[in-house]
Amino acid sequence: MTAPIACTMTYQARTQEERMTTTGRDLTSMGPGSVAGSMSHTDPAVVMRGIRKAFGPVEVLHGIDFEVLPGEIHVLAGENGAGKSTLIKILSGAYSDFTGELQVGGRTLRFARPSEAVRAGIATIHQELSLVPSMTVADNLFLGWEVAGRFGGVDFALQRAEAARILEEMELDCSPRQLISELPISCQQSLEIARALTRDASILILDEPTSALNEREVDSLFVRLRELRSRNRSIVYITHRMEEIYQLADRITVLRDGALVGTAPVADLPPANLVRWMVGRDLPKLKSDATQVVRTAAQPARDEPALAGARGAALEVENLRVAHAAAKGHFVVGGVSFTLNRGEVLGLAGLEGSGKSEVLHALFGALGRRADGQLRLFGEPFSMKGPRESVERGVVLLTNDRKSLGLAPELSVTHSVSLASLRRFSGRCGWMRRREESKAVRDLTREFRLRAPSDEAPVRSLSGGNQQKVYLARCLLPQPRVLLLDEPTRGIDVGAKADIYDLMRTWVAQGIAILLVTSEMDELLALSDRIIVMHSGRISTEVMRDTASKDAVLAAAMGSQRRQSNGR
Amino acid sequence: MALVLMIVIGCIFSADGAFYRWSVHRDMLRQVSVFGILACGMTVVIISAGIDLSVSSLLALAAVTFAWLTMPQGWSALAAVPVVLAVGAVLGSISGVLVAQMRIQPFIVTLAMMVFGRGLAKVISGGRKITNYVPDADGVSQVVDLPEIFGIIDSRVLGGNLSIVTIIFAACVLITWIVLSRSRLGRHIYAVGGNLEAARLSGVPVRLTLISAYALSGVFAAVAGICQAAQETHGDPETGIAYELDAIAMVVIGGTSLAGGKGSVILTLIGVLTIGYLQKILSLNAAPEATRLMLTGAIIICAVLFQRGRE
Repeated sequence: MTAPIACTMTYQARTQEERMTTTGRDLTSMGPGSVAGSMSHTDPAVVMRGIRKAFGPVEVLHGIDFEVLPGEIHVLAGENGAGKSTLIKILSGAYSDFTGELQVGGRTLRFARPSEAVRAGIATIHQELSLVPSMTVADNLFLGWEVAGRFGGVDFALQRAEAARILEEMELDCSPRQLISELPISCQQSLEIARALTRDASILILDEPTSALNEREVDSLFVRLRELRSRNRSIVYITHRMEEIYQLADRITVLRDGALVGTAPVADLPPANLVRWMVGRDLPKLKSDATQVVRTAAQPARDEPALAGARGAALEVENLRVAHAAAKGHFVVGGVSFTLNRGEVLGLAGLEGSGKSEVLHALFGALGRRADGQLRLFGEPFSMKGPRESVERGVVLLTNDRKSLGLAPELSVTHSVSLASLRRFSGRCGWMRRREESKAVRDLTREFRLRAPSDEAPVRSLSGGNQQKVYLARCLLPQPRVLLLDEPTRGIDVGAKADIYDLMRTWVAQGIAILLVTSEMDELLALSDRIIVMHSGRISTEVMRDTASKDAVLAAAMGSQRRQSNGR
Repeated sequence: MALVLMIVIGCIFSADGAFYRWSVHRDMLRQVSVFGILACGMTVVIISAGIDLSVSSLLALAAVTFAWLTMPQGWSALAAVPVVLAVGAVLGSISGVLVAQMRIQPFIVTLAMMVFGRGLAKVISGGRKITNYVPDADGVSQVVDLPEIFGIIDSRVLGGNLSIVTIIFAACVLITWIVLSRSRLGRHIYAVGGNLEAARLSGVPVRLTLISAYALSGVFAAVAGICQAAQETHGDPETGIAYELDAIAMVVIGGTSLAGGKGSVILTLIGVLTIGYLQKILSLNAAPEATRLMLTGAIIICAVLFQRGRE
């Protein structure tokens, strides 16, 4: 993974007002199904009535009513597989075979293809990026509606100038001539948003747009969205992050298992109720905000912090360096030393480009000769030879890019989960013991509460959260002793997150050592026993859980605290 | 499904009942066997997200080598067969190394191997067919007996109801099926074809897997070459030109995706039989070759569209 060069970020702590606010009011009496009364006198921009959609014989949406007003940010919430994506795909023209009524701007429409929805002023930004990696920033921004030049050609100069203006306005530090493939993923996502905004869409659909953004970018996105709201645009926003919902939303619509639970103004739906609407049950020990969910899950590990040290070191890292992929003599990780103990979660914090992901990849042996340093795994030398050796010695990596580094879409659930443990289920001449394999996989996926049509179904047919569980299960099946987790809960819902926190707790209790990278500060603070913060490829500070605060970690990540000599 | 359709069509256009005779089916099976053997190896390579254009040349090389070893050199079949298979495996492995280690695109690598293999076949044969007219020390041709193995491969068993080459084809299908569906290597091939980087990070020995896939394809090409030599009773360096395209067509008609990571040898078997029946029905009804070619082209597209419709 290359370090981002173009998009250098600085952190800005959010203002207190912008933090998640919860109305103290208890609205438990308000049951599911109650729809808030007339919000506004303006005509809705989008009305969906009685929307039903089936895939073959299986109905996945059971009569959804959904409306979006001009000048509102409407959050669409629900667990993975609740039907949010399907509803959005109907609105954005990806599915035309539904029953029910769809009105946009007062006219009843039925889009045959996404381009018709775009023409009707609906822009969709999908979770998975849709930029062309081999084309330049400017070309991508104008892809599909190129500026006509003379002789029927494309006016590239004008496009570049326009693109430069947009980039500046978006505060994106990249050039119109740069190739998309050269940009870090967060920068690509911002561009995707820029592209939708330049098309002057009146209805903007964002499907988890912040999953790859850092806090500064999130802030600038939010500013932009509020600005759009004030210009009377409608925004449909899908997210799993509680704090985002309460920062942004005017109204919230909740779906569960393909049915509408209800729509409510944000003030009438405090987090506890929202979660109850989404999950349909009270989560165990659920408190009033997301932080609490995390804290509760991580509690037992916290009770015995001394024990972790007593159990001894799992992985000792001394002077780990990772060379830059392209620039010779530069290091994205410039000499990092730390110890990961048995039965402990060590949080690794840092900004995009601080080298935290590279540390994980290097320890796993995925970077080959780019990495060097002295490692000891349970006291024995460990040489980062390659993924195969690492897996054999009980070191497993979960990358933050499930799609391109994690799963093969056509492989079945069983085959995906067992991929890293095939030796365990095969004889010396390579004959697979399939019964043993599928039993082990089934036991594990049940533990993960995986929802899949069958064990033989290809993983592409699963929802994002369930795909993530498949990926996690693959990492756990080889019975690792050291888990390197890079964004283990990216893009999954509250219920699944709680499941995963629960699982992590049991793994730690079994003595597994976890090195955790996550961009969700609450998660980091709640799960980690210790946190080391990286800045520009070096460790800038180490904090214990009890003394760690969001502000302190952020400040260290920005490099503003006293830090070790920074020889870059 | 395409196969069922083909059989139904065969029953309708049965050419006065010729389609109901077993001998017709037997001949069809014999005719597709060499292609089918190539298609087995091709299936493995295509699932690994590659392609093997060199199979036709390796077939010719194997045919020539086999004929040369058994006739002018007078080797016994027992010695010649393993050597020829080894030649196929080695050249296949070279393709595999170039793909896996050097990271050259499979299309380019196997295109080069296709040209190279054809040249090597001509070097070994001296540019001529190798027959049982063997020149002696004085350069005078002498007729030697056609080795027994040629007759055996080209014969039929079960009262003349099943060709040996068909049995060899069936064995190749079985071996491929075992490798793909029942072995660790098979899992690795699907994983590498489905997402190479994910496979690598899961500890799959990616290079070894790719090399094995191309080596397997080379071995199957060698098997096909031996069968081809036996059927033609000589080793012809020009034999089998463009067979790789038939093999690819058979794999694709079955429904295996060229994108890799998905498919099976059973699907390929269906593809092989579909094309086989198409050819047979057309020749039974005395359709001219031009029609046959055009229909084969059309059916490839139809089969692919049909497969997509089912997903």
